[in-house]
Amino acid sequence: MIYFLQTNINTTDASSYLPVALQVAFAVGLVIFLTVVTHLLGPKRKTSDKLQNFASGIESHGDARQPMAIKYFLTAILFVLFDVEVIFFYPYAVNFKGLGWDGFWAVLMFVGFFLCGFTYILKKGALKWED
Amino acid sequence: MTLLVIDWWLILEKALLIGGIIGLSFFIAMYTTLAERKVAAWLQDRRGPNRAGPFGIFQPLADGGKLFFKEEIIPLASNKFLFILGPALAMITALITSTVIPWAAPFITKGGNVIPMQVADVDMGILLVFSIVSVGVYGIMIGGWASNNKFSLMAAVRGASQMVSYELPMGLCLIAVLFMTGSLKMSEIVANQVQNGWHIIYQPLGFLIFFICALAECNRTPFDLPEAENELNFGYHQEYSSMKLGFYLFAEYINMFISSAVMVTLYFGGYDIPFVNEASWGLSSFWMSLISFSVLMAKISFFLFLFLWIRWTIPRFRYDQLMNLGWKKLIPLALVNMIITAAVLLLLNK
Repeated sequence: MIYFLQTNINTTDASSYLPVALQVAFAVGLVIFLTVVTHLLGPKRKTSDKLQNFASGIESHGDARQPMAIKYFLTAILFVLFDVEVIFFYPYAVNFKGLGWDGFWAVLMFVGFFLCGFTYILKKGALKWED
Repeated sequence: MTLLVIDWWLILEKALLIGGIIGLSFFIAMYTTLAERKVAAWLQDRRGPNRAGPFGIFQPLADGGKLFFKEEIIPLASNKFLFILGPALAMITALITSTVIPWAAPFITKGGNVIPMQVADVDMGILLVFSIVSVGVYGIMIGGWASNNKFSLMAAVRGASQMVSYELPMGLCLIAVLFMTGSLKMSEIVANQVQNGWHIIYQPLGFLIFFICALAECNRTPFDLPEAENELNFGYHQEYSSMKLGFYLFAEYINMFISSAVMVTLYFGGYDIPFVNEASWGLSSFWMSLISFSVLMAKISFFLFLFLWIRWTIPRFRYDQLMNLGWKKLIPLALVNMIITAAVLLLLNK
């Protein structure tokens, strides 16, 4: 028990995030204030033409929310996959000096797996943009 | 009961610091817009804005003030709540990324209290910046979707996939820096550089990749695909007017400022003054803080100038080129950089 108390003595607790919360409150307050002020200050002369969507002067046709190219969705999914893998490097990076060569070989193996997945998506053409 | 005791002096001190930093962010963002036009003019052999005040120094005030008095347009086809939320989110995330950056050497009062010139020195440090930047993607995505305009939606989807793609190599370069510091805390990253020399000496490739990613994250040329006006009119903020448009534009400049500050802190020694041992000067703590802050701002200004210089020099990438660069070149390069750094560090230590 005492051991745990000693090791934790240098780590910051939740109260060190209080200033972050304060800054978030500042930012939110400022943005709300500016939005409301400009809403009150600006003129209000709306016509039905003004409230149309702008499509370079031609009449806009239909709804914009139509199916898009699957590539964008694929990029987002691959990002989530690889970002999770990148996050696994952070605990290693912080404990890098303590883990020494043993840690290095283990991480090299992990990089190997990372590259396997990476070459797989490349070979599958998931990142091929020009059809 | 001790849990409920709040240190009001701490709150006041932090509130002043936060107010100062947010004010500074706005000030720098305003004057970067002027600098952008001046640098563009200079590179194109023009004069640039020179009517509002001497050398046009009041131009940003006029531009900013104009946004307050413009009519707010919310298109009928749009989703009203999300339409307002989008720019607000972009602005909020831009304003809170500065929270962990150490702005100057700690100020020591006469009573011996140490006041760190940093809003929050939390353990997760740089990761907090990354997580807030990730939320910034929603600002663009929500705004573009809520407009219900084909151009906006295209631009938003492009922007989102560009920003998430470049977060990967950025995170990988950072790991090589963390090998040397062993901590995510920004204060310790700076302290390590004061002691052992700037990280740019050890990580030139890492910095280059980080810088390219920073350009892409801020949607700056040559990666300003979400605002490619010849393909997408005006980009994801096409339907916006008044201060909501201002939020998007300001958020971009504040992000430039903060990403310059992050790059300086990670690779260029933060507020460290190069080539001198400032402790031997025997100056008071107040002057030390002030000088180190000025040094940090000078380094940041250089990077801001670099951002502008690149914008008016290099043409825009094509979308497939952008994606190929991010995924097929920068990610493997960053991985190799990480492995080599780890191996070299281990070889030198043993």
